[in-house]
Amino acid sequence: MKPDQPFADGQVLSSRALRKLILEESYRAHVGHIGSALSVVDLLAALYGGGAIRLKSPDDPDRDRFVLGKGHAALALYATLFLRGWLSRAELASYCVDDSRLGVHPTHHLPGVDFSTGSLGLGLSIGAGSALAARLLDKDRRTYVLLSDAECNEGSTWEAAMFAGHHRLANLIVVVDVNGQQALGPTAEIINQSRMPERWTSCGWTVREVDGHVPAAVREALRPHHAEPLVVLAQTVLGRGVSFMERQVHWHYLPMSDEEYAKALAESEALQ
Amino acid sequence: MRREFIAKLCELAARDPRIMLLTADLGFSVVEPFTQAYPDRFVNVGVAEQNMIGVATGLAEAGFLPFCYSIATFATLRPYEFIRNGPVAHQLPVRIVGVGGGFDYGTGGSTHHSLEDIAVMRALPGMMVLAPIDGPQAAAALESLWSVPSPVYFRLGKDSPPVAISGGRFELERAQIMCRGADVLLISTGALVAETMSAAGALANAGVLATVLSVPCLAPAPLADLRTSLADARAVLTIEAHQQAGGLGSLVAEVLAEAGLARPFRRLTATQPDAGRGGSAAWLLERNGLTSDRIAAAAQTLLS
Repeated sequence: MKPDQPFADGQVLSSRALRKLILEESYRAHVGHIGSALSVVDLLAALYGGGAIRLKSPDDPDRDRFVLGKGHAALALYATLFLRGWLSRAELASYCVDDSRLGVHPTHHLPGVDFSTGSLGLGLSIGAGSALAARLLDKDRRTYVLLSDAECNEGSTWEAAMFAGHHRLANLIVVVDVNGQQALGPTAEIINQSRMPERWTSCGWTVREVDGHVPAAVREALRPHHAEPLVVLAQTVLGRGVSFMERQVHWHYLPMSDEEYAKALAESEALQ
Repeated sequence: MRREFIAKLCELAARDPRIMLLTADLGFSVVEPFTQAYPDRFVNVGVAEQNMIGVATGLAEAGFLPFCYSIATFATLRPYEFIRNGPVAHQLPVRIVGVGGGFDYGTGGSTHHSLEDIAVMRALPGMMVLAPIDGPQAAAALESLWSVPSPVYFRLGKDSPPVAISGGRFELERAQIMCRGADVLLISTGALVAETMSAAGALANAGVLATVLSVPCLAPAPLADLRTSLADARAVLTIEAHQQAGGLGSLVAEVLAEAGLARPFRRLTATQPDAGRGGSAAWLLERNGLTSDRIAAAAQTLLS
């Protein structure tokens, strides 16, 4: 598949197309993290489609920056960059093969990937520095950071949250993928995140809560606040769109069998 | 040494608007000249060393030259993985300024002693690791390297030795011969070079002539200079306020072994005192055998 016309600023990015690419490539590569990638599909559709992240060339110094804090969802980002036209079909098909730039976690050597990630807890700090730089340089670019809810276990995430709140970095926008699952089970049983809104508010952030599987609603929530950093707490479902993966922690890890792949594709296709 | 460093940084900042100073809430009575001259280019991130490195990574990607200041152990060990995945992985010009290498913070205790920083920073690919002797050399190293594209670690002494001996000279990937003698080669780094020079003086009084080699640039290592001096040496003693694993002595041992040079060799290094005991920097150096008389005695033993 090759996108006939890459989407551009203000155009809708199809969640269905993203899901299909994620399933195809993870099946071919026989690797996991499928549930995590499906969890963020509608968030990336909102961030990249519809004009939130203003799309310029990947090497324009004034482009908006994006940090995929939860680097293990990189396949969803690769699919997005492919639909954008910044990644070739051949390179997308190199996902997890030897000597490829497309690993399970993203590298900044890839056009369109601003920062390498994979170790949870670094993303928001980098994003805060990036946003501070834009302010110091008097640029109107924004920095977007996509965190996982488990990433909010990391103390360094809160170091950065306090910093951004104190400096009122209104050009910094965070989306938290609140799927309620982490590597060994539900967040509610590991580190309870039920007071997430208060935690961000107390750090000086504007908080908006939204259904993370309604891209139009997420897009609406992404409107920057004029004076404070913004966090969008997006309620999502691990493995969204594939019934046997949804909310199942083992789909943080497992690759698909032939039968599972066929079922996943069919179900995903049926979903908007 | 830290004040001379900040003075030079102020001078460079006048020339280069990309220079920023970040601190993790340390530097009282040290950083003020910068904060007063460049308040818009100074950021106290609070007691948050990991965030300091992450923020510096974001700033450097946008073209800034951020200097991250803290006590050496806090600046290196706490945010180590951030340094690895931030400026090192992205090859960005973040500078880490660690004050108080070795035992400089004396009675501050083991949390404030930096005995592992050279080892861990040497382990990072592409990271420059510098340990100047004194203020003039710290300023010279900064003048030489402020705009290099790679990340840099400056291991600074809290204070300068009473007498500046470096002559304000610094060259990347070079070692400096401080004095020449045919009997023994003494190799040291940082402020302990001054103590090593005193040891060489004591040895001369006893009729033993020492070469003193200073290694202010630990990475990239001055391999050619080390090989030359080691090949000429009859015996080799290394002296450092740092643990044995991964430090200067470890580097010298690697060079000796790879060059196939069999020489009497000993490393004087540092460990923490046992059972929670502590004391002044002078006491800690003494109990580790890192004073001029103990260095001289170790050299005599090596030759006997």
